[in-house]
Amino acid sequence: MIEIKNLHKSYKMGSNSLHVLKGINFSVKEGELVAIMGSSGSGKSTLLNILGMLDELDEGSYDLDGVEIKNLNETKAANYRNKFLGFVFQSFNLINYKNAMENVALPLYYQKVARKERQEKALKYLEQVGLKEWADHLPSELSGGQKQRVAIARAMAAEPKVLLADEPTGALDSKTSYEVMDLIQKINDQGNTILIVTHEPDIADMCKRIVHLKDGVIIEDKKVEQVRAAQYVQ
Amino acid sequence: MRQLFDRDTWNEIFQSIRKNKLRTFLTMLGVFIGIYIYIGLSGAAKGLDNGFEKQFETIARNTMFIFASTTSKPYAGFKTGRRIQLKLQDVEVLRKQVPEIMAIAPRNLKGIFGSEPGVVKRGTKVGNYSVYGDFPEFTEIATKKIFDGGRFVNSSDIDQERKVCVIGERTQKELFEEDEEPIGAYIAIEDVNFQVVGVHKATGGGPFDNDSDIFIPFTTFQRLYNTGDNVTQFTIAAYDDADVIQVEKDVKAILKRIYKVDPTDEKAIGGFNLGAVFKKIFGFANGLTFLSLIVGVATIIAGVIGIGNILLISVKERTKELGVRRALGATPSEVRNQIIIEALVLTLLAGIIGIIFGAATLKLIDVLTADVDIPYTNPTVPIPYVLMSLFLMVSLGILIGLIPAQRAVSIRPIDALREE
Repeated sequence: MIEIKNLHKSYKMGSNSLHVLKGINFSVKEGELVAIMGSSGSGKSTLLNILGMLDELDEGSYDLDGVEIKNLNETKAANYRNKFLGFVFQSFNLINYKNAMENVALPLYYQKVARKERQEKALKYLEQVGLKEWADHLPSELSGGQKQRVAIARAMAAEPKVLLADEPTGALDSKTSYEVMDLIQKINDQGNTILIVTHEPDIADMCKRIVHLKDGVIIEDKKVEQVRAAQYVQ
Repeated sequence: MRQLFDRDTWNEIFQSIRKNKLRTFLTMLGVFIGIYIYIGLSGAAKGLDNGFEKQFETIARNTMFIFASTTSKPYAGFKTGRRIQLKLQDVEVLRKQVPEIMAIAPRNLKGIFGSEPGVVKRGTKVGNYSVYGDFPEFTEIATKKIFDGGRFVNSSDIDQERKVCVIGERTQKELFEEDEEPIGAYIAIEDVNFQVVGVHKATGGGPFDNDSDIFIPFTTFQRLYNTGDNVTQFTIAAYDDADVIQVEKDVKAILKRIYKVDPTDEKAIGGFNLGAVFKKIFGFANGLTFLSLIVGVATIIAGVIGIGNILLISVKERTKELGVRRALGATPSEVRNQIIIEALVLTLLAGIIGIIFGAATLKLIDVLTADVDIPYTNPTVPIPYVLMSLFLMVSLGILIGLIPAQRAVSIRPIDALREE
């Protein structure tokens, strides 16, 4: 599904150049649930941004579902993001003047799905995350965990190839974190490919594979026995 | 284009407009005031224009009055201070030599320009009135509104030197009882009996007009006052497309030649050029229209710039939201269009409200001034002007919207999302 070869990325900081990713080789198969771990400055967020086509690579190659991602202009990147990727952010990033259903329907709007179908789909995904009754509530009327579940529903609504989550539990307490992880695991069980950036070991343990980044290189890439989050819920 | 007709686009725009009512209100205020001033001023200018037109509707636009006085310069052997007397024969000369003249009406008069008024009697009632000796041509220049059953002096009156007269409304009031029928009755002018054939309504036309006057045929006037071929005043109307000031100059030059007056003598042949006065009045109204155009357009521009400014701030506030939208697959052009449409909607909304309020104000002024004697009638703004201002707002709205829109697009989604 994802194929990265010899990926380099550096940022110019004035006269200095900061070499953030120093030759990453990495691939993800369909249906995997991967945690990308590392301390701050290890390059994990940069890697996720490149995977999410929010940032461009300097060197190396990136294939997503057999399509080579390079030389993207903004319009093309936007279309690819819309078609291939779902995003979940640490701070939820819901649009505050839209209700839950409208938020979930937003990527479908950019996919040019008809209005009625958008609403049906949005409600379907809200139901999956257990928030159907909250469809007409504004984000300000939802708890943190609920907001993140809406965000996950929004990411899933576009039926992406890969779900990218940047510290999805970073702003949540541990109980809520486990609820969110439980949801992510269930989505993964349905065969969806998910990448999670996290620095919390217990969250990483709930994935199927952990990739450790340090100073721009992968120092460890191992399959793990998945801890089910469901046992911590309730 | 698809975006323009999508209900969601409008939903989103109205959501974001509703989200901050005060900001929206302040944003729209500038354009609203601009268009309001524009509509109000140009409507008032038009009302003034209509008002003048109504006040002077009884008199031809290109009218002038020419009269003679005494010379102020010696010329061709004549001394200064010679009295010039216009003659009936001048009419043919002027007609021939000044083709721009549409109508020319010689007139003799008593009661103004320092001459003795006519003494008029009816039974025991006696009064002094201005008496005019006129040709029927006069009505081609300045229409007299004659009340039902009456008429003005006609050409057979002239031919037969009939002793008939047309009296003013006030003359009637003073010489007749309220329930008396003046038409067919007789009044005595300088002890000669005249039959009343018409009563004219008081009008505001012409500077020498009032309603305390009596019109008689020119030829009868000649006989009554023994004036021979003398003429006190020529009332001349030029064709609509003629230059009235030039016509006045030509007429005066010809008369000066006839009466051997120094061509530079400004006093000998006098004139009152109503056409030139009209020109000035209508020029003033036009100037007002032009001024309102400038002020209105400038204010609209200022208002639209205000909208652009506020949208720029709002884009900054919404950086994150726009970043999220783009992460979810909004293309730069979709983001750009959304902001441009927002600018457009704000501009148009403010503009349309301004037009409605402007029109309402004009109507209000019209109603309030209906009974007041000021030249202000039917203040309207021509539809093309309104459409033009709307067009201006649309194009300016789009142009100004481009700035915040471009700015929104220039922020990369990754930077937008990073911003906390």
